[in-house]
Amino acid sequence: MITNLRLLPISRREALREGFFAVAGVLLGGRMAGAARAVPSPARAKSVIQIWMWGGPPHLDTFDPKPEAGENYCGPLHSPIETNVSGMRICELLPLLAQQADKYSLIRSMTHGIYAHETASYTVQTGRISGGHDVYPSVGAVVSLFKGYNAGYKGLIPPYIVLTQPQGRFSEAGFLGSRYQPFATGGDPAQPRFAVEGIVAPGLTDQRQRERREYLHQLDTMGRALKGDAQLAARDDAERLAYELILGDAGKVFDLSQEKDNLRDRYGRTTFGQSCLAARRLVERGVPYITINYQGGWDTHKQNFQVMSRRLPEMDKGLATLLQDLSDRGLLDSTVVWWNGEFGRKPKVDWEAPWNGGRNHWGGVFSALVAGGGFKGGHVVGSSDAKGEEVRDRPVYPADLIGSIYQLLGIDPGGRLPHPLGLAARVTPTAADGLPLAGWLKEIM
Amino acid sequence: MVFCASLSTISKLPNPLPGAGIAFILTSSVSRFLFFWISAAALLGAGTQTEDFAAPFEVRGELKPRNRIDELVFARWRDLGIQPASLCSDSVFVRRVWLDATGTLPTAQQVVEFLGSKDPNKRAALIDELLEREEFADYWAMKWSDLLRVKAEFPIDLWPNAAQAYYHWIRSSLGENKPYDQFVREMLTASGSNFRVVPVNFYRALQNREPRGVAQAVALTFMGERAEKWPANRLTQMAAFFSQIGYKHTDEWKEEIVFFDPDKAAGGEKGDAALTFPDGTQARLLPGQDPREMFADWLITARNPWFARNIVNRVWYWLLGRGIIQEPDDIRADNPPENPELLRWLESEMEASHYDLKHLYRLILNSSTYQLSPIPRAEPAAAAAHFAVYPLRRLDAEVLIDALCQITGTSETYTSVIPEPYTFMPDFQRAISLPDGSISSSFLDLFGRPARDTGWESERDNRVSDAQLLHMLNSSHVQRKIQDGPKLAAMMRDNRNPRDLVSQIYLTILSRYPTDDEGKLVAAHSQSGAARGQAAVVDLIWALMNSAEFLYRH
Repeated sequence: MITNLRLLPISRREALREGFFAVAGVLLGGRMAGAARAVPSPARAKSVIQIWMWGGPPHLDTFDPKPEAGENYCGPLHSPIETNVSGMRICELLPLLAQQADKYSLIRSMTHGIYAHETASYTVQTGRISGGHDVYPSVGAVVSLFKGYNAGYKGLIPPYIVLTQPQGRFSEAGFLGSRYQPFATGGDPAQPRFAVEGIVAPGLTDQRQRERREYLHQLDTMGRALKGDAQLAARDDAERLAYELILGDAGKVFDLSQEKDNLRDRYGRTTFGQSCLAARRLVERGVPYITINYQGGWDTHKQNFQVMSRRLPEMDKGLATLLQDLSDRGLLDSTVVWWNGEFGRKPKVDWEAPWNGGRNHWGGVFSALVAGGGFKGGHVVGSSDAKGEEVRDRPVYPADLIGSIYQLLGIDPGGRLPHPLGLAARVTPTAADGLPLAGWLKEIM
Repeated sequence: MVFCASLSTISKLPNPLPGAGIAFILTSSVSRFLFFWISAAALLGAGTQTEDFAAPFEVRGELKPRNRIDELVFARWRDLGIQPASLCSDSVFVRRVWLDATGTLPTAQQVVEFLGSKDPNKRAALIDELLEREEFADYWAMKWSDLLRVKAEFPIDLWPNAAQAYYHWIRSSLGENKPYDQFVREMLTASGSNFRVVPVNFYRALQNREPRGVAQAVALTFMGERAEKWPANRLTQMAAFFSQIGYKHTDEWKEEIVFFDPDKAAGGEKGDAALTFPDGTQARLLPGQDPREMFADWLITARNPWFARNIVNRVWYWLLGRGIIQEPDDIRADNPPENPELLRWLESEMEASHYDLKHLYRLILNSSTYQLSPIPRAEPAAAAAHFAVYPLRRLDAEVLIDALCQITGTSETYTSVIPEPYTFMPDFQRAISLPDGSISSSFLDLFGRPARDTGWESERDNRVSDAQLLHMLNSSHVQRKIQDGPKLAAMMRDNRNPRDLVSQIYLTILSRYPTDDEGKLVAAHSQSGAARGQAAVVDLIWALMNSAEFLYRH
C-alpha cells in the first residue's frame, strides 16, 4: 500500500510492479502506466486537506443561515454574523471563521438528491451514483494514484493519510485496490503523545527496537532456507521501509510537541483541532492528500442544537486556525482545503419527541467550503431557496466540485483510471453516468 | 508471579556456559537438568559445520506418487525436465493443512500429538479429521461469501438479516457437504423471500440487477469466465435467461421477494421464446416456464464444459495458490490450462463423485504434489508455474488476526460502520466466521480483506505492504496482545524450565520445535540484549510472529 518504489533498486522496483499487475489480475501492463500519468496541465495545488464531516452537517446551522425562515427552521441559531467579506453571513457559533472569510468560498448550492449516508458518501467522494458493476475510487485514492509514488512523490509518509480513522462507509480505493487505500494514523493527536499506530513505538527505546530487529533476522530460519525468494524479498523491502519510518526522521512529522504551545492552543486541544495541525505539518512535508475524518460525526437526528453548541466552536477554532496558519506560511496557495459532509440536514426542525429538535438527512441542497490551491476566497457560489430546501440558482453537483479540485491539481478530469479488467473508466463521470453536471467552479478558480 | 521473581535474580548471574544453551531463566530447581540440556545442545552444535536451514521444512529422499494427481503432475515434470521440491516435513504439513483446510492455526497440543504419532497414515487421518471440523465450514463459507458478495451494506445492500441468513445457508451447505451441483442449482432457481427462501439472495447480492448484470455474475461465479470479454451477442443471449426476474417489497421491513415474473419480456433477442446457451445450443421456452430453470439444468449437466472445470480449478487454486488455469476466474480459450490431462481428470472425478466437494479436497490434500516443501529445487518461476514447489502466500487477513488472537489468548472487536441496526459481536468472535462483509475491523482492511463488491478472486489482496509490517512490528495493538494477553503469563507459569518454555513458544507460533541453533540464539539474546526476563520472552514471541515463517503459508 505504501511501498516506496523510489528507494528500491530498479530491478526490484520492476518486480514489485509486475507482482502488482499480476495480482491485480489482467493485462494492465502498459495501459496502467499510461493511464496513471497526470496530464501536463499546470498544477496550482500540490496538496489537498479534506475535512470530512461525516453524518452530514446542517447547512442552515453552518454556512447557509436562514434567520428569516423563522424558529421552525433555524431554532435558537437565528442571529448569523457578518464576516470580513461584506454580505457574507455565517452561523453565530463560527466567529473565528467569520474573520477568515476572505480566504475561503462557500458553495451554497451543492446537490445530489440522495438521502442515505452510504450512497451519498459515495456520491460526494466519487462524483458518481452507486450501482453498476464498479465501485469507483474516492478523490483521495485518485490523487494518491496521480500524485503518489507513480508520479514522483518521494516521501516516506504515505501519500494518502487519514486522521485518525478510515471512513469505512465504502472502500475508499474502489477498484484501484487496497494499494490506494489511505493510511489511517489511529491514535489521538490531542493526547500528550500522538501514538500513530505502527510508526510511534509503544514504549520501546530505539536501542530495543534495533536489537529486536537484529533478533528477528537471526531467527529467520525460513528466510535463509529460501534465500532469493521474490515474495520474501518484497517482505524484506517492506520491512526496511517500515523501519525507516520507525527509526528515521520522517515519522517526526507526527510529533506535535515540536509546535509552539500557543499555536497548539489556537488550534484547540481537541482531536479535531490537533488533527488540523497535524494536517498542516503533513502538507509541509509534501503529502498530497490528507483526510480529517471528524470524530463523532454530524448525524444529529436528535437534539441538533445541543450538538451544535458543542461541535461548532471546536470546528471553528481548528478550521479557522488552519486557514490562517496555512496562509501565514505561504502554503494556502498550493493547498486545497475542502470541507463538507455527504449531505446537509433537513431545514425544518423535528421538534417532536423522540427527536426533540433534531434534523433529518437532506440531499436536496447543502453547503461546501473550499479554500486555497487556486480557489479564490470571499465568494459565494450559488444559493438555496428561502428555507434552504432546494437549489435556487447555480446547482453544483459533486462531480463539478471534484473535477474542479482535480483541475487545480493538474489531474485531467477526463483522463482514464486503470481498471482491473481494462474497461474504460474516466476520472470523473459524464452526464451519461446518471447525475447531471453543471460545470466546473470557474467563477472561483 | 514466582517465575518473574526468579528471573530478576537469575538474569544477573554470570552465564554458566557462554555462547551455548538457555540461561536467561535458570532456577535452582532445574539448573542441573538444564546443564545437561545445554551441554547436549553445545555438543550437537559443535558437530554442525554449516547450518542446514532447510532441515526443519522437508523430508529428504525419493518423492513417491500417492494418487492419480501425482501421476499426471509428475509426468509433466518429466516432460519439462523439472526437479520437484522434496516432500514437506511433518511439522510443515500439520501447520499447512490446518491453515489451508480450516483457516486455523493448530494449537501447540495438536501439533505435539501429530508429531508424536507413529501412524504411517497420520497425514491422511488428519485430513479426514479436518474436513469434518466446524472450522472447515467456517473457512470455506468465508471464501464463498467473498465470491457471492455476502455483505449487508453498500454497494451490495443485502441488509443485515438477509446477509446473516444467506451466510448461514452457505455455511451449512458446505458443512454438510451438499453436492455442489445442488448448491448451485438452489441458488440459480430460487424464488421467494430473502429472509425465508434464503438462496434467492444470490439475485440480490449484485450491484447490477439488470439481466446482463445477473448473467455476468453467473458466468463469473459458476463458469469462471469474464463475460465482459465475450462477444456482445453471447452475453445478450445469456442475459435472456435472467430477463424474467422480479423483485418486490412486502410490509415486513426490508423483506424482498425475488420471483419469476412471466409478464416481463421473455426469451431471446427478438423477444420470442428461442433461447441460446453460451455454448451455442438452442432451446425453446415453454409458456409459463422459468428460463432460470432451463439455464441451471444446462449448466450443471456433466456435458457442460464449464461447470466442473470452474470448481475443480478454483479449489486447486485455493489450496495450491495457483489455478491449473490462472487466473481461476478468467477462463477463456486463449488462457490454456497448465496441465490439461490433470484438469480433465479432476473434472471427471467431480462428476463421478456426484459433485462431492470434500472428495475433491481429500484427493488434492493427500497428493504428494500438495505436500511438497516450500523450498524449490528447480528454477523458482518454473517450479511455481508447474506445481513443483508449494508456494508461499501471506496468511489471509482473517486467518492472521485469528492466529494472533489464538497465540496470545486475546479477542478483537468487530463492528459495522453503518450504525443502525447496531452490530454487536461477542468476544472471541473469529474473523474467519464473520457472517457479513460489512462487519470488519481496521486490521482486516489493512491486510487486504476483500470488499465483497465484485466477486473477483483478485479482490483479496495478500501482498505484503510496509503499512502492514509497521502494524505487525510496531503497533500498540500487536504489542498489547503479546504483553497483556493471558497466554504469555500462562505459558510462563506452565513451563518453568526454559527449554520447555521456548519449545512451547515455537510450537504455539510456528507449529514446530526449535532447532538447536535457534535455542542458542534465544539464549544469547536473553543475556546480551536490553530485554531481560519477561521482556526477553516478549521479544521472542514478537520475533516469531514477525518471521516470514509465521506470516506466510508455507
